[in-house]
Amino acid sequence: MMESILVLTHTDETGSALAKSSLEAITAGKELAASLSASLTIGIVAANPTAASSTLASTQARLIAVFGEAFAQPRYSTDAAACEALCRAAQPTLVLAPGSSRFARVAACVAHRIGGSIDTHVTALAVADTIQATRWFYRQRIEAVITRESRPWFLLLDAGTHPAFTGTPGAAQVEQIPVELPTIRTTVTGLRTPSQDQQTIRPDAKMLFVAGAGWTKKQPDGKIHSGEAGDLILGFLRNTSASLGSSKSLVDQGGEGQPVLPFLTHMNQVGQTGSTPRHAKGLSTCCHGEEPHVVGWRFIGDRRAISLDPNCGWTRGKADVVYIADAFQVIAKVNELLENGKG
Amino acid sequence: MHLHIVVCAGIAPDPLQTLEPVSGPSGPALKNEMMLPAVLDPWAASALYEAANLAARNPGSKVWLVSLGPKAKLQQVMMTVAQRVSFELVPIDGPIGGFGDAHTTAATLADAILAIPGLETSKLLLFGGWESATRGAGVTLQLIGERLGISDQFMGVDQIDMREDGSFLVLERVEGGKHQESVCVGTPAVLGWATGNLPEPRNNPQIGMANMRTIMPALQKAKPAPVAPSGLHYAAVSLPRQQRTSRVVKDMTPDEIARELVTWMGAE
Repeated sequence: MMESILVLTHTDETGSALAKSSLEAITAGKELAASLSASLTIGIVAANPTAASSTLASTQARLIAVFGEAFAQPRYSTDAAACEALCRAAQPTLVLAPGSSRFARVAACVAHRIGGSIDTHVTALAVADTIQATRWFYRQRIEAVITRESRPWFLLLDAGTHPAFTGTPGAAQVEQIPVELPTIRTTVTGLRTPSQDQQTIRPDAKMLFVAGAGWTKKQPDGKIHSGEAGDLILGFLRNTSASLGSSKSLVDQGGEGQPVLPFLTHMNQVGQTGSTPRHAKGLSTCCHGEEPHVVGWRFIGDRRAISLDPNCGWTRGKADVVYIADAFQVIAKVNELLENGKG
Repeated sequence: MHLHIVVCAGIAPDPLQTLEPVSGPSGPALKNEMMLPAVLDPWAASALYEAANLAARNPGSKVWLVSLGPKAKLQQVMMTVAQRVSFELVPIDGPIGGFGDAHTTAATLADAILAIPGLETSKLLLFGGWESATRGAGVTLQLIGERLGISDQFMGVDQIDMREDGSFLVLERVEGGKHQESVCVGTPAVLGWATGNLPEPRNNPQIGMANMRTIMPALQKAKPAPVAPSGLHYAAVSLPRQQRTSRVVKDMTPDEIARELVTWMGAE
C-alpha cells in the first residue's frame, strides 16, 4: 500500500511559533516518509500560520492550514473541526500528531469522524514488513510493539521521543483549508499559572528532582521539619533549575491533615497516577520505593537516589547510584556549594 | 440543577502487583490476570469521587458507574468501592485487561450508556479518567463522547465549578504545570479527570449496604459483551529489559556526597 502521511501541528502559547512537540512530530513524519517513500503533508492549526509555515519551508512538504481567531486557543469543538478538515483535505493513510494536551484532547474524535483508528503515547516508529509503533501499557510497566492494517491510522507521539525539527526559515506557500465552524459552547478564559516561586514543573529541565514522603517525617531529633524541607527543596530547584516531582504519598498528605510542602500539588506527582516525565537526569530523595515510584522514573536517563534505607528495594537495579545518607544534610550542602559557586 | 452523571471506570491490577505479559488465545494478556487483586482504575476513581461530590451539591442529581470487566472481578472491586460513595452500577460482563482495542471498548460502553433507563442526555456529564492504568491510551472517553454526539470535551480535568445558570468552569491540565480555564454553557459534556482535588472518601458501611442492594442484582443481570480487537496486532509484548547495576554508597559523608552530586549535575 502506498502510504501518505499527514503531520498535524499547532502553535504554542504565543500563537505564532509551532509548539516544540509539533516540531518533534515533523521530524518523525519526515523520517517515516523517507522510510516509506511516502508523500508528506503538514497541517497547521493556528490563529495565523505565517510564522509557522516559514519555519516549515525547508521541509519540502505540502503545507495546509486551518486558521483564524477561533483556532487561537485550544478547544475541543474548534480543534476537532480544524483537524477533521485537514484530514479530509489531505486524505492521509497515516496521521502523526504530537501528544500535546491540545491534540490529545481531540485526536480520537477526529480519527472516529474520518473512520480511522488511533494509538497514543507512541515512543518509537519503525518500518519492517509493516509500520510498527512502540508504546507502553500498564503505566509504563509493559512495552509493546503494535501494528494495524486499517487506515487511516492516527499515531500520537509522546513528547521528547524525537528531536525537534529545525530548518532554515523561508517563504512558504500554505493552502488554506476551509472549515465550517461548529456551535461554540465553550469559552477558553485563560491559563492559570503558578507564581514564579511555585512554578516547579519544568518539562524542559535537564534534571528531575523527586521528593518523597520522608521529607515530612520525624527527623533524628524527633521533630518534623517540613518548613526546613520546603526551603531546602526550593533552594535546590532555584540553584539547579530542576523540575520537581513527588511521590503520591507526599502529595496525599495534604488531604490527610499531615504536614505538607505547600508548593506541591498532584501535578507534581510521578508514577502510577502521576506523570512519567522525560529528563536526562533524576535525583530522588526520601522516597520509600515501590513499583509506582519506579514507573515515574521510566524515562529518566541517569538516576541517583538519596535514601536512609540501605535495603530499599526499588533503588536496586533502578537507580545508578544510591547514597545512604540524610537528604536534609546532603541537599543543604549541595545548595551551599551551588550558591557559593564552588561546584 | 439535576445532573445525570455517568462515570466510566475500568478495573486495573493493584499497582503493587508484579505484572508479567503472556500470550493468550486472543492476544497478549497478563499472567494469572484473573488471580491478581484488582482496584478501580485510579484516575477513574477520582472521577467517581468528584461525581459523587458534584451530585451531593446538586440535589436531584444521579450517578451511574459504567464498568466493563469479568463479573467476578467487578464484584470483588465493588465490595470496596461501594462503601465510598453512592451510585448505581451498570456492569458489562466483558474481558479484562489493557490489551484490547479502545474503539470496540468505546462502542460497547456507548451502547450501554444509551440503554440506561431514565438517562437524559441533555443533562449528561460523562466522567471518567483521562487515561487508564491499563491501556493508558486516553481515547476511550473521547470516542464514547463522540458516539453520543457530545461536542464539549475536557481532558486532564482537576476541577469543575457549577454555576447557578447551568454553566460550569473547568480546569484542565496543560503543559508546564499549568491549568487551562474554560467556561462551558452547560451540559452535556465529557470530562476526563486527572487527580481532582478530593481525598479518597472513607469507607462507609451504610453507603455500602445501600449500594449493594442494587449492585448484586445488576451484576447478576450483566450482559456479556465480548470485546474483540479491531485490527490491532501485537508484534511484541515484553517487560522492560533495562536493569541497572546500582552502586550503593554507604561510607561517604554528606559533604562528600554533595560534592559528587554537584560534579554529576554539572556534567553533560
